[in-house]
Amino acid sequence: MSEADRRITDDLLRPLLSTSARFWVLVVFLGAIVATGLGTWVYQIYHGFGMTGIRWPIFWAFYVTNFVFWIGISHAGTLISAILRLVNARWRRPVTRCAEAITVFALMIGAMFPIIHLGRPWLFFWLVPYPNQRGIWPNFRSPLVWDFFAITAYLTGSVLFLFLPMIPDLALVRDRTTGWRHRCYGVFALGWRGTTTQWNRLEAAMEIMAIAILPVAVSVHTIVSFDFSMAPVPMWHSTIFGPYFVAGAIFSGIAALIIAMAFLRTFLHLEEYLHPVHFQNLGKLLLMMSLLWAYFVFAERLTVWYGNEPSEMAVFRVTQRGAFAPLYWTMVVCNFVIPFPILALKKTRTIAGCVVASACVLVGMWLERFLIIVPSLGHKYLPYSWGVYRPRPVEIIITISTFAAMSLLYVLFAKLVPIISVWELKVGSHPAHRPQTVEERDSEQALFVARTES
Amino acid sequence: MSAAYALFSDPESAQAAVDRLRAAGVADREITVISSEPFEAHEFGSRDKATWMFRIAGAGGAVGLAFAYWLTRMTEQAWPLPTGGMPIVATWPNLIIMFELTMLFAVLSTVGTLLVTARIPRRRPALYDPAVSDGRILVGLENPTMPLDALERAFAARPGQVKTLP
Repeated sequence: MSEADRRITDDLLRPLLSTSARFWVLVVFLGAIVATGLGTWVYQIYHGFGMTGIRWPIFWAFYVTNFVFWIGISHAGTLISAILRLVNARWRRPVTRCAEAITVFALMIGAMFPIIHLGRPWLFFWLVPYPNQRGIWPNFRSPLVWDFFAITAYLTGSVLFLFLPMIPDLALVRDRTTGWRHRCYGVFALGWRGTTTQWNRLEAAMEIMAIAILPVAVSVHTIVSFDFSMAPVPMWHSTIFGPYFVAGAIFSGIAALIIAMAFLRTFLHLEEYLHPVHFQNLGKLLLMMSLLWAYFVFAERLTVWYGNEPSEMAVFRVTQRGAFAPLYWTMVVCNFVIPFPILALKKTRTIAGCVVASACVLVGMWLERFLIIVPSLGHKYLPYSWGVYRPRPVEIIITISTFAAMSLLYVLFAKLVPIISVWELKVGSHPAHRPQTVEERDSEQALFVARTES
Repeated sequence: MSAAYALFSDPESAQAAVDRLRAAGVADREITVISSEPFEAHEFGSRDKATWMFRIAGAGGAVGLAFAYWLTRMTEQAWPLPTGGMPIVATWPNLIIMFELTMLFAVLSTVGTLLVTARIPRRRPALYDPAVSDGRILVGLENPTMPLDALERAFAARPGQVKTLP
């Protein structure tokens, strides 16, 4: 093994093989917040939905905001990873697994919210499309059933997309550990040896998966947007919602990826692998998505304003200069006014600059989801169905705990699996091996024959 | 399973060993090369590259599409419930289910093909040496018919350098 390969292996396996006190402090801290969130959910189940601020006519509020937000965050990973794999971008190698892990955990958390949003969550299996005792199936014409299929397909694909390239690394850890760890990693390594056939099949499978997962990723958030745009609610019933949601999802997803990478770089000392150029490249993508987001918001707002339809204008006014205006303008500042100059100027597109911009984008995109849902539901077509929404502590605590849950899952994952693909990084670190020419191979063969004859 | 193998520190030596084994009359399919990373730039890394995986993925997608078509149509007709002025069998919304199940089946058939053709998960012992994870490249033969000294010559190895498994 070359010195470079040895260093890569040692550096990337170090977090798995040694545990610092700082890790346990972080796990206990995040675990406590998650436990508080779970306790609050149990409290909500016990006392009923009256503990939340959800009242007629606003039945979708924080929980559906979180659902849309986390499904959006999940777009970063698999989508970015798949695109970079397909175009064979060399700088992708340290980034892909960090990104794919975000997808899986964000999807898991996002998929929890329809269940949290149920009054009787123990009946969550009613969401699963199977016939009841009378032979009635769920209505496939309902967008909520589309969600089930889309999220199931995306979660399954994303888990496999994350797991398959992890197998060789799990085999590597299997060979470097003893005792129960050796047995555990051995099980997940599936008996991987690294034969030529296995490598070729794995790479072919990853290529197909990358092709297949891209349209699924786009479809998932389009279908989430259909939950809204299929409904006759002011400012929801719009053809722009599909691409608008997809663009927003990629936007927030990239921001989450930048923050996760900065965290990993600092705490796992991965400075040699996550270079400033990775952040600069992702920063450029974030800049492009910021511009695209601004374009979509302008297109949506202009169309509504020009149409001057009374019920839509009620929502328009309440967000532009009414009760929701502070949130709306905070969203604009966070999604465009702050990130645009930071990311546009090369001087400020540093790691710190990208992290600041990304943090703003996450805040802005959460607010965007909230502002899509609540003002429209509070200002439907007939004024008798107008209402207000005020979040209650139960919803706020559960929301905060999901951010802690995401962080906890990510920290534990980085502890159990090399967060950067070791074998892919090794492949990338080698100078390109030129294929041997026929002449070279023939001359080598002739030399060998001459030697054996002599 | 019996096996004989040698470990090489670089892909060029491994390639040379593979070539010598071929020159000694060993068939390609009997030679096993194991490494901790793919070496596509070398000839031994490109062996056995042809695969039906793309076609199988396509076939899996077609099965998913057919299944989704049957599922949506069958369930809507089983209890014909008028919904929102839509026809009982509503093609537009059904297309969404068809798309998702097409892609899901394509992904699952890809992974299934990978597992079968790469022979994982594997519980039976197979030719392997943990030194591979240290970056060494294993070139070996399972159930070799050649005598050990002939193998040592083929591997261009010093006596004792070729390892054997009982």
